[in-house]
Amino acid sequence: MVRVLIGVPKQVKRDEPFEVKLLISHPMESGQRRDAMGQAIPRDIINSFVCTYNGEEVLRAELFPAIAANPFLSFAVVAQESGTLEMRFTDDHGVVQTETVRVTVG
Amino acid sequence: MSQSGDYGIDGRCQAALFALLMLLASACLAQEKRSGYQDASPETRAMQDDDAANPGFLWVQQGEALWSQRATGTLGSCADCHGSAPITMRGVAARYPMFDQKLGRPITLAQRIQQCRVERQGDTPLRPEGDALLGLTAYVGLQSRGMPMAVAIEGPARAFFESGKALFATRQGQLNLSCSQCHDGLAGQRLAGSVIPQGQPNGYPEYRLEWQGMGSLDRRIRNCLVGVRAEPLAPDAPELANLELYLGWRANGLAVETPAVRP
Repeated sequence: MVRVLIGVPKQVKRDEPFEVKLLISHPMESGQRRDAMGQAIPRDIINSFVCTYNGEEVLRAELFPAIAANPFLSFAVVAQESGTLEMRFTDDHGVVQTETVRVTVG
Repeated sequence: MSQSGDYGIDGRCQAALFALLMLLASACLAQEKRSGYQDASPETRAMQDDDAANPGFLWVQQGEALWSQRATGTLGSCADCHGSAPITMRGVAARYPMFDQKLGRPITLAQRIQQCRVERQGDTPLRPEGDALLGLTAYVGLQSRGMPMAVAIEGPARAFFESGKALFATRQGQLNLSCSQCHDGLAGQRLAGSVIPQGQPNGYPEYRLEWQGMGSLDRRIRNCLVGVRAEPLAPDAPELANLELYLGWRANGLAVETPAVRP
């Protein structure tokens, strides 16, 4: 489990885009570096990200080694009704982490 | 025109030039205190301004969890004695480094946390510059955000302050540079492509984009020392705390920005 910070407004307006911000604590090791002994440091990045709202996919992203450590993702979502925003990301070890946030349309 | 008349005009010109130079010099010396925030790019400033985009908050989050975590075999958590950090720790970080009566020397906030852990919690010290210590320090520091730095140098702290001040002005390393030459004398100008900041310590521990991580003022100073090719100070070197005491006093009045974001 890595540490995650999610910024979503608690209350949003129907059919009006709102901003979702996601900050993930991750080294995003590029695989290009070598350690003090000259050994290659294996690549370790978050390689994919999927966000769904009430089960419907709203964003899918592929991440690459050129992205800095502790990646920050920000995107807009439009909601018709209250529901759950689910964010799922996968790293190079195949570990999947899921974070959910409740969004209220008012 | 007589010779003496010529001298007269020259003298007046010299006097005027001298006055102008003095005015310029005093303007430079009386440079206003400037947080590194003001020298950062708009993008970096935006990162710091938004708590949801500031990566320093990942450490703050960890520190907040540690604050109330009671490790087995220890005497209690931070919260057991200090209660709610937003209330009890408000303004605390702005007063560090602080003179410790028992030790008889100034200590930094991170050293105080370590001291508390070992002496009062009966726990092992945290790894210096590790995520846990940075997190706790950042969490305590956050409670003073926006408050003016208020480092005291009166009384027994004075000697250590003077020693730190002297170190700041001492040329060192293969480049034979003192801290003061760049951070007092050339602040606001450029070193390669980057603006030389005044070196104000009001945002530590801070997230540096160059490090892609969080770091303490200790680390930043070691960074600078390596830069002038001097021998970096050990984490527990008393000179480091003295220098930080001087830097803290030098920043008095600037708002605490912990956790700051810097290039």
